[in-house]
Amino acid sequence: MAYSSILDWISFSDIMSNPWYPFAGDYNLPFDISYKLWEIIGGGLAWLINLILPGNPVSTWLISDGVCVGGGLIIFMIVIFLVVFIGTLLSLWEERKVLGRVMDRRGTMIGMKGFLQCVADGVKTFMKENTIPKKVDMMTYMWTVSLVVGVSVLIACMIPLSDRWFVVNYDTGLLIIMAFFALAPFFILVSGWAQNNKYSLIGGMRAAELMISYEVPMLIMIGTASLLAGTLNIGDIVAAQRDIWYIIPMFIGFITFLFCATAEAERVPFDIAEAEAELVEGWQTEYAGMKWGLIMLADYFRGYVSCAMVTILFLGGWNIPFVSDSVNNFLPEIVFLLKTWFVFFLMIMIRGALARVRTDQIVNIGWKVFMPLSVINFVIVLLLKVGGIY
Amino acid sequence: MARDLMDIRAETDELTTDKMWVIMGPQHPFSHGLWTLKVELDGELVTDAEPIVGYLHRGWEKECENRSYAKIVPMADRLCYAASMTYSHLYCMTVEKALGLEVPEKAQYIRVVADEICRISSHLMWLAAVGTDLGNLTVFLWCMREREYWMDLFVRLCGARMTTNYPRIGGVRNDITELFDRDVDRCVQHFEKALWDIIALIDDSSIFLSRMKGTGILTREQCVNLGITGPAMRGNGVDFDIRRDDPYEVYDKIDFEVPVLNDGDSYSRYMVRVEELFQSCKIITRAMQKIRAIGKNAPYRYKAPTNVPAGTAMCRLEDPRGESLMYLVADGSGKPYRLKVRSPIFTNVSASKPLVVGSRIADVPVIMAMIDMCLGETDR
Amino acid sequence: MDTNAVYQKPTDEEIKTLLNEKFEGKVNVTKIETRRVYATVPRELIHQVCEYIHDNLTFEHISTVIGVDMIDNLRVVYHIDNYFNGCVIELTVDIPNDDPHVASISDIWVGGNWHERETYELFGIIFDGHPHLARLLTPDTYEFYPFRKSYKLRGQE
Repeated sequence: MAYSSILDWISFSDIMSNPWYPFAGDYNLPFDISYKLWEIIGGGLAWLINLILPGNPVSTWLISDGVCVGGGLIIFMIVIFLVVFIGTLLSLWEERKVLGRVMDRRGTMIGMKGFLQCVADGVKTFMKENTIPKKVDMMTYMWTVSLVVGVSVLIACMIPLSDRWFVVNYDTGLLIIMAFFALAPFFILVSGWAQNNKYSLIGGMRAAELMISYEVPMLIMIGTASLLAGTLNIGDIVAAQRDIWYIIPMFIGFITFLFCATAEAERVPFDIAEAEAELVEGWQTEYAGMKWGLIMLADYFRGYVSCAMVTILFLGGWNIPFVSDSVNNFLPEIVFLLKTWFVFFLMIMIRGALARVRTDQIVNIGWKVFMPLSVINFVIVLLLKVGGIY
Repeated sequence: MARDLMDIRAETDELTTDKMWVIMGPQHPFSHGLWTLKVELDGELVTDAEPIVGYLHRGWEKECENRSYAKIVPMADRLCYAASMTYSHLYCMTVEKALGLEVPEKAQYIRVVADEICRISSHLMWLAAVGTDLGNLTVFLWCMREREYWMDLFVRLCGARMTTNYPRIGGVRNDITELFDRDVDRCVQHFEKALWDIIALIDDSSIFLSRMKGTGILTREQCVNLGITGPAMRGNGVDFDIRRDDPYEVYDKIDFEVPVLNDGDSYSRYMVRVEELFQSCKIITRAMQKIRAIGKNAPYRYKAPTNVPAGTAMCRLEDPRGESLMYLVADGSGKPYRLKVRSPIFTNVSASKPLVVGSRIADVPVIMAMIDMCLGETDR
Repeated sequence: MDTNAVYQKPTDEEIKTLLNEKFEGKVNVTKIETRRVYATVPRELIHQVCEYIHDNLTFEHISTVIGVDMIDNLRVVYHIDNYFNGCVIELTVDIPNDDPHVASISDIWVGGNWHERETYELFGIIFDGHPHLARLLTPDTYEFYPFRKSYKLRGQE
């Protein structure tokens, strides 16, 4: 019996030539990493099993093309989620430090300049007692929170970080992300009713009120940006901003979209659904322990997605202008994340300085301020297009 | 057959909405103390309100009947733990009136300075609460930072930050210390500059202004009849301040202005208190000049007898929150027969219903924040 | 002096003269200091006196309604303010122990509403005509009146 070393079972083949490659011709970096990880893990397993039972079919099956792609996809999910999760934790840490300095204090200080504090808070929240009041509508209570969290994580993972870091490369990618983004207020409304608590009910109603104020201007601006680029594909929109970012022709749109994105992420000044001074926690009042921890995390996922949207549409995505292509393609993921965190920094400054807006005032602002501004933005873009500049 | 608009309208006219009672409190982020406000809501509109107090009732006045006069001074501090100097000052003034005792001039000026520092720190705490009620924590932390300087001044003066136990029957506990003398002017100058930062954050933001303007409006007659006193009343156009119109201690010798605004909404009550902060700084500076002119060796306390002759005495004072009053019935022994405290917030809270009815639930914290609740003195 | 005219800033002497004239000596003004007038009023006349002070002398604000247990009788003390010249009138009303009723003034000044409730719950003085005379600071289940001298604190026996 010939002894086969582990190196016989692990071979880093070219993923693009794999007939099962799921991404149809585009190179995908995290998939590459996960594919290689699976080859290591699968190859090791196959070698082990081969040692016990030489020549068995399971070992060859474990490193066949299809299974490699399948296993790679599973690890791919974990890799994507981990990167997004760490990115969101970093934005949470950024908020605590920057908001602290705005308020003339230092923010969290323990553990790697305060980063591990966020992790510790998450662990503490997950270990708290999961109290459920007696008369809640159990099915909607459980399902809505899972859906809110699930949808938020879904869109966070769907944001591409560069040309080679994406989950799907839809031609209508932008629209799908915005559609999923807008689902959450529905779930919040139902959740507020399900908790059998007047504060939650009011909070849920307010989330619905919030949604009708900012959705339309937001969608108009997305339509405008895609009009300027000529496509709804996120990769193509970013590629169209290679030389000049869209913030320059669409400056009004940038300001308005920044505020609409703050409203979408339910941050101060638009956090009426969770208004702490009036309704104790708004629609999250009756959620305790792990559920509340996940809701808080979902809040930050949505904040991250809002900032990512602003970056993609206005700040050039992962492009740096006026540099050569080789520098531009060096680490576009880091460039994208840095820009996202910069936009989040702007949102934190807004939070530090402003108060909470009342519900009727939000509807006023949404329809009497944002809407006309987005229409003006649209007209400017239309003139640019017709004038031939774009 | 398609339903046309008239059918749909007929259907929706039959739908009724229910009003619901929401109990805001006793554990609630807006209440700043332990009390409950029950509001009846029709959607977001408040149609009825009922305040419930009494969670903190300690029977203070009955306890006083069991203690000698000197022992009640620290108890008076605990009436309003955030603005404690004014209550012990008021108590000492009442007993001195019953005794017919003159207080030395230097002690009167020191009491005035201590009162005004207390007013500033109480107003800063109020401003911090306004910030949190509106959803902005930056204002809260900046006000608390400024308040720390004034607390430090109290430590220089008498050793304690909050419940100071400083006035005595017949004067004050000790003369102003050197450190206090050195620091009080520096504190006032720093504060007059730093306050502009905080005010700029609020006044330059149309969100803050739109939350405060036009809410909680009362007419002048309503305000006076309901018994609302203090800055809330002066924001309604009533030009009355006990320090100027019914002066006690040496307020008639110090020159200051009383801000009065006519609009009657939350914004004018807010502006009155902010102006009062600036005026208090002026009073402190002028009173300190007079204290330095009187000199270091002047007496600051006269000895008071332990037994108060039989009779009644009433004194009132301009508390940071309104008009506070004490009424003493003495029977010749060393303990008071009856000591009654009137707290301004007790009456201001009883006026919650006319203040809040007709506004939205989102305005309720703002309106009640302008009343500046402190539960210790409401419930006693 | 004209007892039917409206005075906005009556001086202390004027108040004494007006009260004496209007109520034919039944209201006994005991002492006058600067901006303070002290008077005792018989129980039946308190509502009329308060109406007169509110309407004709423009005393717009009631500061307190205080209860005192004088063992032989109960006593109610009112402090009423004038916002135009800073004057305070103190009215003292003596009430017999076995019939602790007195007219409520919360229809003249709404601000006295809670003060009267507090006096009722602590002393047991019943204000006739009060819209909602219920316990305020003490729990609703109390059946005694804590501030009366008959209720002894520990250390008072």
